[in-house]
Amino acid sequence: MHELAICESLMDQVERIALERNAQCVTSIVIGMGPLSGVEAQLLKHAYSIASTGTVAEQAELIVESLPVRVRCNSCGAESEALANKLLCKTCGDWHTTVIGGDELMLLSVELEKPDELSAEVLH
Amino acid sequence: MCDTCGCNITHGNESLIKPGGKLARTKSGKEAVTVLHSLLQENDHTAHHNREHFDQHNVLAINLMSSPGAGKTSLLEATIQLLDPSIRIAVIEGDLETENDAERIRKHGVKAIQIATGSACHLDAHMIHQALHNLELNEYDVVFIENVGNLVCPASFDLGQHHNVVLLSVPEGDDKPSKYPVMFRSADLVMISKADLLPILDDFKSEHARRYLQDIASTAPVIELSAKTKSGMTQWLDWIKQQISNRKDYLKQHPVQSGHAHQHEHEHLSQRREGAKNTKVISDKAIPETGSPL
Repeated sequence: MHELAICESLMDQVERIALERNAQCVTSIVIGMGPLSGVEAQLLKHAYSIASTGTVAEQAELIVESLPVRVRCNSCGAESEALANKLLCKTCGDWHTTVIGGDELMLLSVELEKPDELSAEVLH
Repeated sequence: MCDTCGCNITHGNESLIKPGGKLARTKSGKEAVTVLHSLLQENDHTAHHNREHFDQHNVLAINLMSSPGAGKTSLLEATIQLLDPSIRIAVIEGDLETENDAERIRKHGVKAIQIATGSACHLDAHMIHQALHNLELNEYDVVFIENVGNLVCPASFDLGQHHNVVLLSVPEGDDKPSKYPVMFRSADLVMISKADLLPILDDFKSEHARRYLQDIASTAPVIELSAKTKSGMTQWLDWIKQQISNRKDYLKQHPVQSGHAHQHEHEHLSQRREGAKNTKVISDKAIPETGSPL
């Protein structure tokens, strides 16, 4: 279950962003991934609940955007959606294709809650 | 994808960041930060760093992956026996527990470093980086990395290798490329191992395995090989020699900057985490652990 290792890497990035931007907490994290990333969304969400404990993102919602597998045909140039284990061109059927989507495993965005000015003044 | 030039914006995710896309919205009192970085950014950074080390010393690094028991260690033993002795080999072994595989390699007089991953189901670039501290790279031409036996997790982690070789053993069945497309898509060479069993396990059809590889758009060459009878070994050894020669030619044209500043005082965030502490690198004690110039 490499999802936990990946989540730890995610938490490192999120914590760094929150620190840089002086955020109070992280409210949501959006990641984008495709079937060819080799990572299971459900396992990642489960691992996230473990990895986020005690961090600035403990209460954050993890939103997973599933990105489709897409290929470009090296023979006819057509682009089409495909299955992870059937990366064939839908137009001409050729198997000489290049994956142009569906292998992503990316942190897309983070939503932060910033301390408002009033509470900042109180703190000072 | 490099996370810097915008090539990480793909057909798959560009709609999300356009105005009106899901990532463009911002609620009041909150700040939405668009990131678009690989989740494995830190691993990929270390992998790049490892590759620089290999290149500086003109060493070819080959990552062997397969399910457990597909014959990776037997393949390495046969390779050590038959490869031109002028080609100097070292092996990095990854297993959850035990030093058995490294012991098997050392019996052939070859340097082997065992990484015991504890509970981790794959090797990552940080583990290889640690192992490289115990290896004098200028003494070798090829470093084989025997990954943890697993057709899922190792495929997601770049280690800094130059080539991936994925073994598919005959007893496993010919449809594995279809069941594990991510792993087999990563292969630069696919080896049908335990090929001596083909006449016995006749439900394994090599042509089916090749067709399943085409289905995942793999252009990797396929070698049928038996480490037991040594059939197919010549093709494998020729492939290795060809890759060594190709790499040397490439590095002549694209020399690595010498005097590459390298400090190891930095502590990787992930190494501070609990999980990383469970990983042990067991040196074979031939070289003092602090003796590496890395």
